[in-house]
Amino acid sequence: MPDTPAGLEARSGDAVIMVGTTKGAFLFRSGAARDEWEMDGPHFPGEEVYAIALDQRAGRRRMWAAPGSAFYGTTLRSSDDLGATWSGKEARSVKFPEASDLSLARIWQIRPGRDSEPERMFLGVEPTCLFESTDGGDTWAPVDGFLKHEHRPKWTPGAGGLCMHTILPDPSSEARMVVAFSTGGVYRTDDGGATWRPRNHGVRAEFLPDKHPEFGQCVHKVVHHPSRPERLFLQNHWGLYRSDNWGDSWQDIANGVPSDFGFAMAMHPHDADSVYIVPLEGDFFRCTPEAKLRVYRTRDGGASWEALSRGLPQENAYETVLRDALDTDGAETAGVYFGTRSGKVYASADEGASWTLVRDGLPPVVCVKAATLA
Amino acid sequence: MSVTVVLPSQLRELAGGRSAVLLEGGVGGMGTVGDALAALRVAHPAVYDRLLTERRELRPHVNVFVGREDIRWSGGLGTPLADGSEVVILPSVSGG
Repeated sequence: MPDTPAGLEARSGDAVIMVGTTKGAFLFRSGAARDEWEMDGPHFPGEEVYAIALDQRAGRRRMWAAPGSAFYGTTLRSSDDLGATWSGKEARSVKFPEASDLSLARIWQIRPGRDSEPERMFLGVEPTCLFESTDGGDTWAPVDGFLKHEHRPKWTPGAGGLCMHTILPDPSSEARMVVAFSTGGVYRTDDGGATWRPRNHGVRAEFLPDKHPEFGQCVHKVVHHPSRPERLFLQNHWGLYRSDNWGDSWQDIANGVPSDFGFAMAMHPHDADSVYIVPLEGDFFRCTPEAKLRVYRTRDGGASWEALSRGLPQENAYETVLRDALDTDGAETAGVYFGTRSGKVYASADEGASWTLVRDGLPPVVCVKAATLA
Repeated sequence: MSVTVVLPSQLRELAGGRSAVLLEGGVGGMGTVGDALAALRVAHPAVYDRLLTERRELRPHVNVFVGREDIRWSGGLGTPLADGSEVVILPSVSGG
């Protein structure tokens, strides 16, 4: 086995990239210039890491990861020293109740809750469910209204499994939250999780006889900006959409992209009109179109999209970027980061205008989360 | 009645570093592999959680042998045990 990694030595203002792969997690640190990156890892060697997060609420600097062993199941681990030590190995704290007849297959999303409630956290898991902690992540329970949802028998897994990958709490209301999962689509609660209603009007399901069902869409990712939380951007299994009303209705915004198929989508940290995606050719050839690796960005809420390719390979690039493998940091000039299934990590320190290869040769990348250390 | 559960190297840290756990129970209290694993759960719950799902099913890539027999072919968790049985847990050959 590889040597135990030492963890990152980082200071306030540094940028951190947390990369989950199918065979462990890798951490990267750079100064504010984001021009040279140090790597630390692999953490959890041999275990898949589909979810990773950094919680900086209430003065914390707590890293979370959900390593999953193909043999022994998934655990949830945390580190208060940027990966030097990880707690939680002995406790398998995320479990379905025995009466549910469900068992945890994978944790897909770790989401610290609202800034106003720093002890609350959420997880999106497979088989699809929302878990909640109200004690800072020590103990977890499924949200009952979602666990026992009447649609559950009709939700069906996509190729990646029946996964909840998106959790968007309304920063101004503890009652409202949007989640999304494949397949099932977007659901919203307006009563703190007691009831959940599908919110997929206008989002098509290309793979079903009925192209516009109430639910059953294969939504790949949804993002929003905290300053304008009611406006949602959605990357679908065929389709790019925007909603201006918390998902009550959706409009097509695939204007000038080479394909509206893709997985990844990331919000700009400061500009509520700027969103990043990485289009793929289609569901039967999930690679970057024309063998060119291009990130696309809108700066006008989806009215138009521009290709960002300086520094990225523009020939023989048959790459795939998965749904959680694209993110932005919190710097004033935003950094943008993504990882590929071929084990490459790219970074941009200038909002996507130019890119550099941070690392090659990693195991397949399944999630990338970036942050600026407070 | 006593049964020994032999652990794979990856799980020994969760059992205080032990490579094997000796479980002792009354007559009839450890008649099957499932009974032995239930006793293991009391002694080392973290180990049990790595072996069985919330549905109390053996994880698909965990193999359990009684003697040299894989319990998947000898009755699963209902496989009978005798006094002195050795239950060996090994990860399967899988991955990529």
